[in-house]
Amino acid sequence: MVATPTAMAVSPAQGGAASSPAAVWLAELAGAPLPSRREEDWRFTDLAALTGIEPQVIAAADPLASIELPAGVQRLEPTAAAPWLGQALAATASADHWPVRLNSGVRSTPVLALRVSGAAASLELPLDAGSATGLAAFRLLVVLEAGASLELLLRPSSSGLNALSLVSEVVLPPGAELRLGSLALGAAGSCLLQHIAVLQAAGSRLEHTAVSSGWALARQQPRILQQDGAAFTRLRGLQVCRDTQLADTHSWVRFDGPEGELDQLHKAVADDQARSVFNGAVRVPRPAQRTNAAQLSRSLLLSDRARIDTKPELEIVADDVKCAHGATVSRLQIEELFYLQSRGIGADQAAQLLQRAFCEEVLRELPAAAIAHQPLQALLGEP
Amino acid sequence: MIRPDAPVLLEIRDLQAAVDDQPILKGVNLTIRAGEIHAVMGRNGSGKSTLSKVLAGHPAYTVTGGSVLYRGENLLELDPEQRARIGLFLGFQYPVEIPGVSNLEFLRVATNARRAERGEEELDTFAFEDLVRERLAVVQMDPAFLERSVNEGFSGGEKKRNEILQMALLEPLVAILDETDSGLDIDALRIVAGGVNQLASPDNATLLITHYQRLLDLITPDYVHVMAAGRILRSGGKELALELERTGYDWVDQELARLGEERQPVEVG
Repeated sequence: MVATPTAMAVSPAQGGAASSPAAVWLAELAGAPLPSRREEDWRFTDLAALTGIEPQVIAAADPLASIELPAGVQRLEPTAAAPWLGQALAATASADHWPVRLNSGVRSTPVLALRVSGAAASLELPLDAGSATGLAAFRLLVVLEAGASLELLLRPSSSGLNALSLVSEVVLPPGAELRLGSLALGAAGSCLLQHIAVLQAAGSRLEHTAVSSGWALARQQPRILQQDGAAFTRLRGLQVCRDTQLADTHSWVRFDGPEGELDQLHKAVADDQARSVFNGAVRVPRPAQRTNAAQLSRSLLLSDRARIDTKPELEIVADDVKCAHGATVSRLQIEELFYLQSRGIGADQAAQLLQRAFCEEVLRELPAAAIAHQPLQALLGEP
Repeated sequence: MIRPDAPVLLEIRDLQAAVDDQPILKGVNLTIRAGEIHAVMGRNGSGKSTLSKVLAGHPAYTVTGGSVLYRGENLLELDPEQRARIGLFLGFQYPVEIPGVSNLEFLRVATNARRAERGEEELDTFAFEDLVRERLAVVQMDPAFLERSVNEGFSGGEKKRNEILQMALLEPLVAILDETDSGLDIDALRIVAGGVNQLASPDNATLLITHYQRLLDLITPDYVHVMAAGRILRSGGKELALELERTGYDWVDQELARLGEERQPVEVG
């Protein structure tokens, strides 16, 4: 079912994507104009694909309606969820981010609010924009109790010319452990705007793995705050883009107390005329003494016309810290290819093997439930 | 084993090759028949490793002249993978580490590519595991290495054993072993040499590229060739290797100087 657009009366396009009917409508929903490429955070991110959708809301089905929640996971009613909603967004300075504003602007957005106690089983959430054109939005809240643990796989997907807006908030008190995977598979012309805000108390543990492929535009913004430090954050990212696709991850991790740990690896594969963007912000203010943070960005450039922009953005004020960062952009190594070829493996198959190896390092960190969706085949377009 | 009537497997004629426009091979001639073991010796920079890479089809080397026939077929117009499939094998001096690609899968894909070329049916995972476990014995290799990524974290000796294991699986007709002895202790050297000896047959041929005599104590060559400045300077039987061991390579310089005078009688100063 498709809701009626409300903003079609706004002045017509003045030429250019920024003033298309969709752009005007999206700006009105968000209560703010579309991010401009003059803004540092959107410098490399062309939103043309987003403005190609029809200006209408796709009424998304409630994915929890058809799922039996495992023991230990309980759905929060709106009144019970209300006090938690917005906390992680505010703490991670996310509320003003345009993708978040857009999500909030869709009044019919279903809120999937979950409370987790004890050692829960694993849970998988399909978040499908479907094949209709327009904007589909979901909002997710996951609150773990102290000492609780959960393995959660989000599966954002689309099979049409539409945009999928996802805003997730996660609250991890002391001793809570969350393994959060996102396997996001799009289709030609589809857009993904995914924002994840996580509030980590001391002694909590977050392992977040985000894999995306197939979107005309995929913008992902994981933002994590270790509110008192002394927590563990492991981030894994893999974005595969080809044709004229654009994949953009802007991550942000802040330590507001001592002895926090971050282990981050972001990988990208760009082929054809695709563009991959990674910006990894790490904030280590004065209270964050003895922080141990490592960030590595590794990109594979498979075509002369593809483009990769990768930037670590470390802001370190505390003086007694270990903060390592590195970025590599490479082509498939000639020596590796030749070695495989010299054993009778064809050039194409050799390249495929090397790409698979590159991707698998991240794919194997997804929750086990991801295997059923054959992420490798989906990513590399294998039958 | 020298049999004058054995079929010629590899015929290299006046082979010239360059890397980055720098000539390295300057007219190599070599004929290898089935059943023969050849050793090419020479100092670093003599061109012996380049010869092996050119034969295997490494993209960094450009052939600038001459020809190579493999069983009568023009080898130089084939892709590296096609050369391997029809039975040419290069054992690398520095086997490449490929993180994330399982050694077992790599060996299976390679073996099946060779089998398909020979008109044999491809082996599934189970059938291949049986084959590979049998061939592991050739190099006394621990099956645990099958589960790891290709050569990743292998010691020098383990990498060379993995090379010979590949040779045992691919059953090449011409195996070129580039400095297979380098970086091996005496035990590993014995195992690797033992593997090569086991795989040598009247139907195939081996070309050993080596710097030292010690490998040739364990694998007896039928012919020894001394390479210098991109050419084979002298050929002989196994006694040539012993002579080199005794006299060193100094005579090579004298020989080269003499050749240089013959070729370029006028030095412009």
